[in-house]
Amino acid sequence: MVGQEVFLEYSIKIGGEAGQGIQTIGDTLARVFSRSGYHVFTHQDYESRIRGGHNFYQIRLSDKPAAASRDRIDILVALDRESILFHERELTDSGIAIYDSSTLNETHEKPQFLDIPFKELAIKSGGDRIMANTVATGAVLGMLGLDTEILFEILKDTLKKKGEDVLKANKKAAIAGHGFVIKNCLQCSFSIIPISKPKMLVGVNEAIGLGAIGSGCKFYSAYPMTPSTGIMLYIAGKAKEYGIIVEQAEDEIAAINMALGASFAGVRSMTGSSGGGFALMVEGLSLAAMTETPIVIALAQRPAPATGFPTRTEQADLLFALHAGHGEFPRVIFAPGTPEQALYLTNKAFDISQKYQIPVFILTDQYLADSQWTVEGIDLERLVYNDYRIRGDELKKLSEYKRHAFTENGISPFAVPGDSRHLVVTDSDEHDEEGHITEDGLIRMKMVNKRLFKKLPFIKGEISSPYLYGNSSPDIVITGWGSTYGVMKETVDALSKNEKIAMLHFSEVYPLSSIDKFDYLNILGRAKMTICVENNATGQFAQLIRAETGYEFHRRINRYDGRPFTLEAFLGELNAHVG
Amino acid sequence: MPTLDDYKGQTPAWCPGCGNFGILKAFKEAFVELGIEPHEFTIVSGIGQSSKFPHYVRCNTFNGLHGRTLPVATGVRLANHEMLVLAVAGDGDCYGEGGNHLMHAIRRNISVKLFVHDNQIYGLTKGQASPTSMEGMVTKNQPFGVLSEQLNPMVMAIALDCSFVARGYAGDQEHLKGLIKEAVNHKGFSIVDILQPCVTFNNVNTYAWYGQRVYHIESDYNPEDRMKAFQKALEWGERIPIGIIYKNNRPTFEERVPVIKDTPLVSQSFGLNILRAITEEISREFY
Repeated sequence: MVGQEVFLEYSIKIGGEAGQGIQTIGDTLARVFSRSGYHVFTHQDYESRIRGGHNFYQIRLSDKPAAASRDRIDILVALDRESILFHERELTDSGIAIYDSSTLNETHEKPQFLDIPFKELAIKSGGDRIMANTVATGAVLGMLGLDTEILFEILKDTLKKKGEDVLKANKKAAIAGHGFVIKNCLQCSFSIIPISKPKMLVGVNEAIGLGAIGSGCKFYSAYPMTPSTGIMLYIAGKAKEYGIIVEQAEDEIAAINMALGASFAGVRSMTGSSGGGFALMVEGLSLAAMTETPIVIALAQRPAPATGFPTRTEQADLLFALHAGHGEFPRVIFAPGTPEQALYLTNKAFDISQKYQIPVFILTDQYLADSQWTVEGIDLERLVYNDYRIRGDELKKLSEYKRHAFTENGISPFAVPGDSRHLVVTDSDEHDEEGHITEDGLIRMKMVNKRLFKKLPFIKGEISSPYLYGNSSPDIVITGWGSTYGVMKETVDALSKNEKIAMLHFSEVYPLSSIDKFDYLNILGRAKMTICVENNATGQFAQLIRAETGYEFHRRINRYDGRPFTLEAFLGELNAHVG
Repeated sequence: MPTLDDYKGQTPAWCPGCGNFGILKAFKEAFVELGIEPHEFTIVSGIGQSSKFPHYVRCNTFNGLHGRTLPVATGVRLANHEMLVLAVAGDGDCYGEGGNHLMHAIRRNISVKLFVHDNQIYGLTKGQASPTSMEGMVTKNQPFGVLSEQLNPMVMAIALDCSFVARGYAGDQEHLKGLIKEAVNHKGFSIVDILQPCVTFNNVNTYAWYGQRVYHIESDYNPEDRMKAFQKALEWGERIPIGIIYKNNRPTFEERVPVIKDTPLVSQSFGLNILRAITEEISREFY
């Protein structure tokens, strides 16, 4: 089981009300650890409110790659009473909770509690009560035996705009927290030191945003909706520097239609939303298909129906994305499980969408979208960019141009309107090769064949095989897609000593890759126990596999309480199936 | 210079006598006089009889979905603000299904020229009331007559401080041609509501009905006076004004987007190496 091997690993949870600064503490600590060379995984759990309630931010740091959150925590930073009420039981035997009795108005005498006067130390350092967060950050570093040098570098970056005095006071506050703990936390038995060169710490929404910018996305229109908003915010933050238009549309219908307009005019375009917003985009998706206008759609899932659990996680829109839109047309659905996959698959989404003039989805969920992971680096060689448009002289010298010309592979030449005297015409009505409305049945059939059947085999050929991790001829196969990557991978690591176990992870979920490349059905067929793991109630991916291949998993593990799988909880559930 | 022949598109599928023919003729003449060639502009249209318009014109065309002309046109214009972008829609399309988009396109002041073929009825779906149908009008679907107040798109546009607000009449092509030219030459979002008799389904607002009522706005009228414009726009019934009702010089949306100050988005070129360099540059922030 987990923890048998001796390696260094701690989990830290910061809990409190919305607006108390949990995210500031969490982001800062995570960055200190990644800069110290540790592998870091963070995830957030928050309520749909701006102030109050109970939220937490969990950080796991390890000298081994970390891909999921643990259920047990070593340090609890309790900024509110609920943090103690809900999370005290998660503390390990050597775990310690820190709190400020003057803020919580209660005192805990148990040895695993340490009362630190965050507020008082902040004020003494020359700041106001908001700097209590910096005191807490310094205190956590003190508990771990890590000095404040890297923290100071980070404070210098983040407080750049606030002036020298604020920086000075914050440094003082950090030292106060750090020093208090060194003096008073006699029971602190943690110890870490910087171990290697800094690692990158990347959030999945950021990775999608970066992937889009690095793929030449010049236009992003969306309507804010949790948990997809981070992508828009990230690109908006880079828009000025890299020449991108980010437009907050009046609604999701406008968002996708604007993106389609920009794409028709020759610019790489993207939109993003969550299930409810995407529901409004559905007619636009169908429009993209009929007009063969390329578009990339990020769909960050959250529990539904309707408004559902707005800030929580679920993988229940796979079949929705797959079947959305009236009519029959090709589409591609990617579901990354890590920031690296998010980056490279966003790049691939743009390439495939441009090449085949089709909609491509990037499906994530709240847990994944808001998570941050350490990454060894970005392999720039893996990024592709092909300009599939006909432009300049190549277009001008054509004697005639038809936007929807019938071709061998179904892909018609994509010209930019205004580039030449050739007119670019398209229509949401069935149209002829030029793009004009038609009522002709034969043309209709030829167009369906062109848009759908001719392109499909080529599109399928682009799809990479699922990732088999662990034993190469496993008895137990756990299968999943998207965000369950981390917990499944760590499960395989934890059990592989005693079991012939493997993970089969799909990050390119539709169309399914050809088994000629890698016969995953054979792997499943030979295993004694196959389990499909999904963060939804009905096992949508298992249904998809059955529909597409006829294969039925032996068992399913589904979680649909709006929370992600965590390692210990998942291992427990798996044990019930495997015995 | 273009001639009328350059604008010979597909054969219209409109009813004989349809008001759309007058609009098409005025439009083509206006564009010939403006000296704009077919490849130099894009028409985005929605769904309805009016939205077949670009097929009959010969131009870059995005004939999209019902109600969604303005978002698509906004996207086209933002991608390439050196391209003249027009939106053609009907009253059902633009004032009904796409009402929200109209409001926000006006707010943005994106330089899209919107022509609404306003026949006060749904033609394509065979004769139901539209947002501009007059109260009391009886249709198969409104057997007790239209109960909702008639939308006044001109007053609404002025209330939103729309940059160019005009009304034309399909039966007065010479006047309409002038309005189309003014709208195209205006910097900013322009709406031209074009009264258009529907000879098949609207037997109230006929050529005769409009003919008795429309009048050219007085030559000494100042369209930059917003309060006067409200008064003018409210005229409906016995006398219906046509002409430029309101205009202003608000800065356009495109002017205020810094990244396209020098070069349109679509002309900003890059290749794989630049994109890799950008990715590397940004990724340094993750350390």
